[in-house]
Amino acid sequence: MAAVSLDHGLILAAILFVIGFVGLLTRRNLIVVLACIEIMLNAAGLAFVVAGARWGSPDGQVMFLFVLAMAAAEVAVGLALAIRFRQSLGRLDVDDADEMKG
Amino acid sequence: MTALFYIAAVVAVLATVLVITRTNLVHALLYLVVSLFAVAVVFFTLGAPFVAALEVIVYAGAIMMLFVFAVMLLNVSADSPLRVPTSAWIGPLLLVAVLLAELIYGIGLSDHALHAGQVGPQQVSDALFGPYVLGVELASMLLLAALIGARHIASQPESPDLEGPQPSSLGADARAGEGGAS
Repeated sequence: MAAVSLDHGLILAAILFVIGFVGLLTRRNLIVVLACIEIMLNAAGLAFVVAGARWGSPDGQVMFLFVLAMAAAEVAVGLALAIRFRQSLGRLDVDDADEMKG
Repeated sequence: MTALFYIAAVVAVLATVLVITRTNLVHALLYLVVSLFAVAVVFFTLGAPFVAALEVIVYAGAIMMLFVFAVMLLNVSADSPLRVPTSAWIGPLLLVAVLLAELIYGIGLSDHALHAGQVGPQQVSDALFGPYVLGVELASMLLLAALIGARHIASQPESPDLEGPQPSSLGADARAGEGGAS
């Protein structure tokens, strides 16, 4: 069934990770920065699943589940921080975070 | 199945590029949902149907709903779009292109075919609650800590007035917060 080669799956994961990284470096909106971190975590999980599919083992999928749980925890805290950021500074520009004193 | 993999891969890459280039926040998040769906199709073609279902349910369902609710709560679309000047894109793009070339070189083009056949939910569950059961417990503790932390961070003072608070009123707020907490 699966005639996809291992390298193509890993290259897809690398491309998605790098796109997320470019977004992280260039965007200023805090919500978009969090979304870019989600893209990068998802790409890392994709690499785990591809490597698991190479040997037909469930370990890669188990690791993806852990990445999923970590991403959910990260986004919950990150969005709560975004709400506080907006309340105290009135904007969502990450460059404004240097004014955040306590 | 192979054609399905490549089509879904192209859709995922295009949708992800659109996520980081849109200035409208809601459009970017909806493109991110498209990208996650495409990655779910990739998982399905790799013989991992359980993870494909979880990708749709947890990532595209729960996490993206959290994002969209946060956007609605923050009323961000009223902001002026935070445009970055084109010159600010060039440096990161060049550096990251080097990084991507190194990654692809490191992966090294060889001919490892993937394992044919599926790894179904039962095998994943056997592994998850067999050798990885400690990881499951740690993930539950992490999620509980995130829940409490998010609750604590997002719901602090009722009337903050953080711009120029009077010292006396700040002390009163702190005392009221302590009373409410205890």
